[in-house]
Amino acid sequence: MDFTTIIGLEIHVQLQTQTKLFCGCPTTFNPDQPNIQTCPVCLGLPGALPVMNRDAFQLSLKTALALNLELAKFTKWDRKQYYYPDLPKGYQISQYDLPFSSNGHLDIDVPSTGETRRIGIIRAHLEEDAGKNLHDESGRGSDSQVDLNRAGTPLLEIVSQPDLRSAEEAKTYMEEMRLLLLTIGVSDCNMQEGSMRCDANVNLHVHENGESIPTPIVEVKNLNSFKFLEAAIEYEVQRQRAAWQNSRQRMGEPGSHKTTRGFDPHRGVTFEQRGKEEAADYRYFPDPDLVPVTVSDEQLAAIRATLVEFPAARRRRYQQQLGLSAYDARVIADQGADFATYFDAVVSVCSDGKQAANWLTQDVLREMNDRRLSITEFPISSDVLGALLTQVKMAELTIKAAREVFTALLTDWEEHETTPTADRIEAIVKERGLATVNDTGAIEAVVNAVIVRNEKAVADLRAGKMQAIGAIVGQVMKELKGADAKVVRQMILDTLGIS
Amino acid sequence: MSILAATTSELLGQLSNRSLSAVELTQACLAAIEKHEPQVGALLTINRDNALAQAAGIDRRRQAGEPVGALAGLPIVLKDNICTQGLKTTCASRMLENFVPPYDAHVTSRLQQADAVLIGKANLDEFAMGSSTENSALGKTTNPWNVAHAAGGSSGGSAAAVASGFAPLSLGSDTGGSIRQPASFCGVVGLKPTYGRVSRFGLVAYASSLDQIGPFANDVTGAALLLDAISGHDGRDSTSVHAPATQTAATVEQPLAGLRVGVVREHFAEGLDAEVEAAVKRAVDVYRSLGATIVEISLPHSKYAIAVYYLIACSEASSNLARYDGVHYGHRAAEFTNMVDMYKASRSEGFGDEVKRRIMLGAYALSAGYYDAYYLKALKVRRLIRNDFDAAFQQVDVIASPVNPTPAFKLGEMTADPLKMYLADIYTISANLAGIPGISIPAGMNSARLPIGLQLLAAPFEEDKLLRAARMFEREHGPAPRPFVDGSSSR
Amino acid sequence: MLTTNDVLKVAELGRLKVTDAEVQKFAEQLGGVLDYVRVLDEVDVSHVAPMAHAADVANVFREDVPVTSLPRAAALANAPKTDGQFFLVPQILEHA
Repeated sequence: MDFTTIIGLEIHVQLQTQTKLFCGCPTTFNPDQPNIQTCPVCLGLPGALPVMNRDAFQLSLKTALALNLELAKFTKWDRKQYYYPDLPKGYQISQYDLPFSSNGHLDIDVPSTGETRRIGIIRAHLEEDAGKNLHDESGRGSDSQVDLNRAGTPLLEIVSQPDLRSAEEAKTYMEEMRLLLLTIGVSDCNMQEGSMRCDANVNLHVHENGESIPTPIVEVKNLNSFKFLEAAIEYEVQRQRAAWQNSRQRMGEPGSHKTTRGFDPHRGVTFEQRGKEEAADYRYFPDPDLVPVTVSDEQLAAIRATLVEFPAARRRRYQQQLGLSAYDARVIADQGADFATYFDAVVSVCSDGKQAANWLTQDVLREMNDRRLSITEFPISSDVLGALLTQVKMAELTIKAAREVFTALLTDWEEHETTPTADRIEAIVKERGLATVNDTGAIEAVVNAVIVRNEKAVADLRAGKMQAIGAIVGQVMKELKGADAKVVRQMILDTLGIS
Repeated sequence: MSILAATTSELLGQLSNRSLSAVELTQACLAAIEKHEPQVGALLTINRDNALAQAAGIDRRRQAGEPVGALAGLPIVLKDNICTQGLKTTCASRMLENFVPPYDAHVTSRLQQADAVLIGKANLDEFAMGSSTENSALGKTTNPWNVAHAAGGSSGGSAAAVASGFAPLSLGSDTGGSIRQPASFCGVVGLKPTYGRVSRFGLVAYASSLDQIGPFANDVTGAALLLDAISGHDGRDSTSVHAPATQTAATVEQPLAGLRVGVVREHFAEGLDAEVEAAVKRAVDVYRSLGATIVEISLPHSKYAIAVYYLIACSEASSNLARYDGVHYGHRAAEFTNMVDMYKASRSEGFGDEVKRRIMLGAYALSAGYYDAYYLKALKVRRLIRNDFDAAFQQVDVIASPVNPTPAFKLGEMTADPLKMYLADIYTISANLAGIPGISIPAGMNSARLPIGLQLLAAPFEEDKLLRAARMFEREHGPAPRPFVDGSSSR
Repeated sequence: MLTTNDVLKVAELGRLKVTDAEVQKFAEQLGGVLDYVRVLDEVDVSHVAPMAHAADVANVFREDVPVTSLPRAAALANAPKTDGQFFLVPQILEHA
C-alpha cells in the first residue's frame, strides 16, 4: 500500500507567569492541595470579571517572534462556549478569528535523514486553561472530583500545518519546539506536570491509480511524553492502514467525520473517546468583558531586542562557520543558552571552534556532571579556558599538558578554593614544567643522554624490537614534560639511524 | 417634618451636626420597613442587626471626632444582583436562592468606605431580565403609589424602597432602562451613568456590554452624591474607564446658561399615553421658560433599537448564565440520571420562563449559521444608533423625552405577551446601546395619581451637565410628592 | 417562525429541559420575537463596523503579581456537594 502519513500537531504550553491569565491567583503546580489557588474570577462566581495578565501577553509576543509568526496589530478575545465541570464559567476565554499571531514556521533537522524540513505553523493564540477532573477509576460510578487550581492558567496554543510526515518528524518537531520555548524562557515545558501537552491530528494520503486519497482525520489527544507521541502515531498509522484496507473510507464521506482518540501507554494502543459535544457549536463571539489589544512596532522592537539566538540557528552557525560536526553542534546547542554562550566566549578567545567543542563536550561536561555544577557555577571561566586552549593552539602546551593544567585548576579550587585564573595557569605550567619544549637542541641533548643510559633498549631497538622505543621516549618525556612525544620518538630514530 | 421626607442633603446636614444620629435614622427606616414592607414587598433581605451595629459604629467614630465617609450614616438598599460579602445575593432567582458571595462588589466596598449603612437587598426581575419585577421568583413588589400596579423593573425593589422611605438611597442596575423606568413608575430620581463610569465588578452579569449600576434617590442632589461615591476607575473591571470619581454634587446647583434641549421627532408617535405626552411637553416648556433653546432632532435609527437590544442582550446573557450549572455553586437538582441530566434539571428548576426565553433566544442568535444575520448585524446597527446620538449632541446638550409610553401598568397586564413588554422599552433602550448617561426625574402625576417621569439624556461622560439640567427642572417643578410620607398613597 | 426542532436545539444549547407543552409555547413566543427582529433586514450595514463595546477602550492589563487566593473553605462554601477538598459531580464519562 503506497501512502503518505500526514500529521499536524497542536501544542498547548503553559506560560511561566506568576499568576493566572485573568486573575491574580498563583499558577504553581499543586495537585496535592486542591482548590487553594482560586478566587471569584477563576471560580466563575456571579459578578466576577477578567483582566488580562500583561506578562502573559508579552511572553506570547516573544514566542510568536521566535516562531516567525506574523503579529496581528489588533487582536481580541472570544468566548468558546461549552459545558464541562472543569470549566466553571461555561465558556473558555480564547481567541477565534483574530488570533494574536499566524503564519509562521519552525525548522527541524530530521535525525535519520539529516534533512532540514520547514514545518509551517498556522497560528498561535492565547487562552485560559480549564481545571482538572479526577474520575473514579474503580468502576463503582462514584462522583468525579473537580479541582480548579489550574483553571485560568495562561495557555499558548500553537497549531502546526499538517506538514509532518512521520512519527520521527513529529517527535523532532516537539523536541525542537520544547527547546526553543525553554530557551526563550516562556514555559518550563514540563510534560509530566502538564505544562506542555500535545494533540496529534493524523491521517493518510493513499496513492492509488494516480489519485491521492485522504482518509478521515483522527485526533489523538493528550500525548504527554515524546515517547508516547512517537508510539501513538506509529500505532495510529498502522491502525489507519488496516482501516483503509477494510473500509476504504475517505475523508468527507458521510459517517467519516473527524474522530477523537486517546492513547493507552500500557497497551500501546489508541482508543476511541466519547466526544464532549457531538459536532460542538461553540457559539464563538467577542468577549464583552475584555477589550481588544493593539501591538505597536515599538513594542515589537523592544521584545525582539530581548531575544537570544535560537537553537537551530546556533547549530547551523556552529556547523557552517566553525566547522563543528552535526553531533557536536547539537550537543552544545542543546545544553541551553548559557552553555552555548560560554562556548561562544571560549571560541572568541582561542579562535579554535573544533578544539573548544572537544573540550566543552568532553572535559567540561564531564566535570560539570561529576561535580553537579551548572555552567554558570563552573569555576573555570570562559576567559580562563580560552586562555588555556590558546596555549594549546599556539603549541605552547600539548593537549595532554593542558589536561593536566585543567585538572590542577579544578583540584586547587576544590581543595583550597583558589579561583582559576590565567596567572594560575602560568604558575602550574612553571611548577610542573609542562611548557612545550620546542628547542630542538635541548631535546637532542636529553635524547642523547637517555640513549647512552639505555644500552639494552637501544640494542633491542636496533635488533628490530620497535616496542623498545617506548621506554626511551618515556624517559625523555619525564625530563622534558613539554616535549612532543612524536617529535621525541622521531628524533630517537633519527639519532640511531633507524628508519 | 418626618425624617423620611427630608432630602439626602438635609439628612447629611443633620447627621453631620449631630441633631440626628445614624442609629436614629436607621431605626426610622426600619420602622418604615416594618410598616409598609408587607404591602410594598421591595426587599428580599433586611439587614437589621448589622445595619444598626454599623450605624452605632459610625456614631461612635463621629462622636470621637474621627473622620467619617461622605455618606456617613445614610441607610442604603442594594439591588440583589450586587454582591455583598456574607449576605445572600439571590438575583431573585431559585438558582441563587442561597448563594452567599465570598466577596464584595466594587460598589459595595465603596459604599462601606463612604460609611453608608447597608440596610437591605432589593427585589428585582430574575437576573435583571424584565420591566416590572414580576419575573422575580422570590417575592412580589407592588408600586408604593398603588398596590395594583407594578413598581417597574428590573430594579423595582430599589425604586420602591426609596419611594417608600425604607432608605433615602438605593442602587439599581440598568441594562435597557431598568433604573430609569422604575424610577418613573415610583416617582423617584434614577440615573444610569455612562457605560464604564461605575465598575461592574461584583454586579451579577446580565448583558455585559450594556449593564451599568446607578443611583436612586428622592431628589437630584441625592443621586449626584451617590454617583460621586461609587463612580471611578476600578482595575478589576476591564471595561471601567480611566477616569476618577465624578464630582457632580459640587456643581449640581449651577444652572446651565444657553442650554439646548433636544426633542426627538420619532418619540411622539402613536402608543404614547396622552397624559405622559402632556407632562413631557410641559417639562419642555419649563426649560423654555428657564431660557433654554428647544431643538427638534431626529434619531433615525430609533425604530431598530429594541430589535438590536434584544439580540445583543440575549446573546450576552445566554453566555453569562452558562455558569449556572449546579456544579460549583447555586441550585443543584435533587434528582437526575447523569451529569448532563444534572445540568439540565438544575437549570430548568433554577430559572424562570423569561430567563429561559432569553437564554434560548441568545443561543439561537449566536449559533452557527445565524451569527452573521443576527448578532453581528445587531452590532452594526448599534453603531448606527450611536452615530445618531453623536450627531444629535453636536446640536443639543441634553435630550428630553418620556421614560415609558405609559405610567405604571397594572400587575399582570403585560405578562401574557413578552414582546409587548419588550416594546415598551423604546425610550430607554437606545441609551444603553450607545453607552450614554440618562436620568429619570419626577415630572408630575396622572389623573390616577400615578407618577410620570421625564427622561434626560446626555453625551458620554457628561453626567455633571445631565444632573445640572435635571436640577434646573426640579428646582422649578418643586419637590416630588412621596407616598406614605405625604399620606398620599391609594390602597 | 420557529419549529419544534429549533426550540429543542436551542434548549439543548442552553442545557434546558422543555416539556411538550413548553415547546409549543416557547416556539410561539420566541418565534414572535424573531419575526420582530427581522425589521433589521431593511438596514444597510455594508460599510458599518460592528460595535461590540460601548466604550473605545483597548490594552487594559494587570501586573503579574500574585494576590491572596480565597481559602479553600470559602471557595467551596456554596458548593452543592463537596468532600471538603474537591467539588463533587456525578461521574463524568470520558471513555467509550
